[in-house]
Amino acid sequence: MTAPSTHTTKPATGIAALLKTAVINALIALVLFSLMVGIRTEAGSDGQLTYWTRFGELASLVAAVFGGSIVIELLRQWIGPAGTERLVPPALQKGVSLVGRYLAPALLIFTLLVPVIFYNQRYILDLAILVLTYVMLGWGLNVVVGLAGLLDLGYVAFYAVGAYSYALLATNFGWSFWICLPLAGILAAFWGVLLGFPVLRLRGDYLAIVTLAFGEIIRLVLINWQDLTGGPNGVSGIPRPTLFGIPLDRSDDGLAAKLGIEYSATHRIVFLFYLILALALLTNWATIRLRRLPIGRAWEALREDEVACRALGINTTTTKLTAFATGAMFGGFAGAFFATRQGFISPESFTFQESALVLAIVVLGGMGSQLGVALAALAMIGGFELFRGLETYRMLVFGWAMVLIMIWRPRGLVGHRAPTVYLKKAQAISSDLVKEGHG
Amino acid sequence: MSGDKILSVDRLTMRFGGIVAVQDLSFAAERKKITALIGPNGAGKTTVFNCITGFYKPTGGAIRLTHDDGKEIALQRLNDFRIAKQAKVARTFQNIRLFPGMTVLENLMVAQHNMLMRASGFTLLGLVGAPAYRDAEKRAIDLASDWLKRVNLLDRADDAAGNLAYGDQRRLEIARAMCTVPALLCLDEPAAGLNARESAALNELLLSIRNDLGTSILLIEHDMSVVMEISDHIVVMDHGVKIAQGTPREVRDDPKVIAAYLGTDEEEAVAVMESGS
Repeated sequence: MTAPSTHTTKPATGIAALLKTAVINALIALVLFSLMVGIRTEAGSDGQLTYWTRFGELASLVAAVFGGSIVIELLRQWIGPAGTERLVPPALQKGVSLVGRYLAPALLIFTLLVPVIFYNQRYILDLAILVLTYVMLGWGLNVVVGLAGLLDLGYVAFYAVGAYSYALLATNFGWSFWICLPLAGILAAFWGVLLGFPVLRLRGDYLAIVTLAFGEIIRLVLINWQDLTGGPNGVSGIPRPTLFGIPLDRSDDGLAAKLGIEYSATHRIVFLFYLILALALLTNWATIRLRRLPIGRAWEALREDEVACRALGINTTTTKLTAFATGAMFGGFAGAFFATRQGFISPESFTFQESALVLAIVVLGGMGSQLGVALAALAMIGGFELFRGLETYRMLVFGWAMVLIMIWRPRGLVGHRAPTVYLKKAQAISSDLVKEGHG
Repeated sequence: MSGDKILSVDRLTMRFGGIVAVQDLSFAAERKKITALIGPNGAGKTTVFNCITGFYKPTGGAIRLTHDDGKEIALQRLNDFRIAKQAKVARTFQNIRLFPGMTVLENLMVAQHNMLMRASGFTLLGLVGAPAYRDAEKRAIDLASDWLKRVNLLDRADDAAGNLAYGDQRRLEIARAMCTVPALLCLDEPAAGLNARESAALNELLLSIRNDLGTSILLIEHDMSVVMEISDHIVVMDHGVKIAQGTPREVRDDPKVIAAYLGTDEEEAVAVMESGS
């Protein structure tokens, strides 16, 4: 990754240009803030609309923008263009790449040890389970978005299908988690194919919009099909998972009683932790394996150039469908886990926000990179919790962090692609060459 | 024209709304020969190509492909990927279409997708790592290396295709098309953008594909030095209709071709045509 070192696009340095930029910024601020800050509306005592003006605050905001943009312009001229090398010194970058090689195994070992280290800290264990759920969702969506290059904005639909499949099968028929888990995956994959057939001929933005709509349709069906799904009340009393038939509870048949140790609520949490870890690692293993098979190569080729794929005799429709179904299946597994962990699900858990979050994880991680997605999930979910102490400024700090990462790593945290086959030596491919796909 | 025809195009017509791009075009390509389709810009050559390779559905007419074993396939009835998969017609593109973010070797592996898919038991056998699939993958890598040797890209096998120089990308695209083991290879302006040396190397490559492997080639080309030197048969198009056909010599001397191809200024036209011989 080379930083732009040329100074050919140096901005005009004159005072006139400086003032011009500042005035334009101040005008934009005036337009933006005139309604948001300048006029304050409130419902009066009788419900009528009352409003008053706050021109003083408005003026000070505009003045702040005016002064601030002069300062920023001066700083920009003083520092020069901000490139990767300026923000992160090359020595540090080299160190980061060295760490990167050992990062994945180190992270895995640490993850395996989390329940041991933090055994008594319920909050951290819960957070770790949440992060792992999103790692799994990210890895699942990575197949669709990162490998096949199909922009899916409705991934939460498959998460919901998986969750409701398990919840309904378990509460209505009393089937065990281990029977329902594959069924939830299969049902989600089935829905993936069902959605895929009509929409996969669409490309790019059109595909994104239709998948977005599909996500909403599933949620609305869940809300309105009261007889089956319980509507907005959701499904409650979902059975907890068992360790191959042995429940993890206080009863005499429980695991604690059988092992002759004292019962603790943490046992179940630790069990859930390893369950989601196993599911996530299964997703990872399957994805890595699939990438090296013809189907995975065809997914990536599809992302690179769909027309060339057709010219090589690749059935693009079935290739897209398999990507969709595979991603949906992993989403379904994650959904079943979510249902068994929560014990209660309702349509509220499956809003567009979830889809957006998972997509952000995949994009931030570097499309197609397994390690990147895991790191991004950790940063997005864990980082968000980390800033909890900042209260109202949390979103601001979070936004700043995202902007900085995107300046430093415009193609995501892990910015290269590993080849799936090689003759002599596997060389990482810079993601500048890798396409994002066209839908 | 006599001989064994691999491809015969019969009264092919392609309309886009009110525009007739190709009208009543009939020609044939012989087996194990190089047939060139030439004509001025906008003559409809690429449209014919897109009809043959299934990217367009012809408005009328028939395109018949005859395999070595005598099996006949009506290409106008097959669509997109099936033409490459079942009829074994491979093609390259006027503006190169590689998979730039994948390595050179991966590009050639994707070309063998259908063979590898069958070998991997449609992924299931491959997922459990069956030895049969591993053997098939090894054979696929061997075929790919073989082609890399032919196009002189073996030491670039593990580089990203997008990092190759333009001429190398052109050759890689031909190698990728050949990795599908086609019966008919369709090349859309393979010499476009190549310098004289690369162009000569291309001639050699195409001749070796014809002579050593016996693959029939149909090509569109502007570069007369390529067309005149390696073509066995030339079809000349203008404004969507065929205006002449024959051997390079016959075509070069045809006044209709000279007039259509390079305007009515015959002196200049003859000069350009001669330069290619």
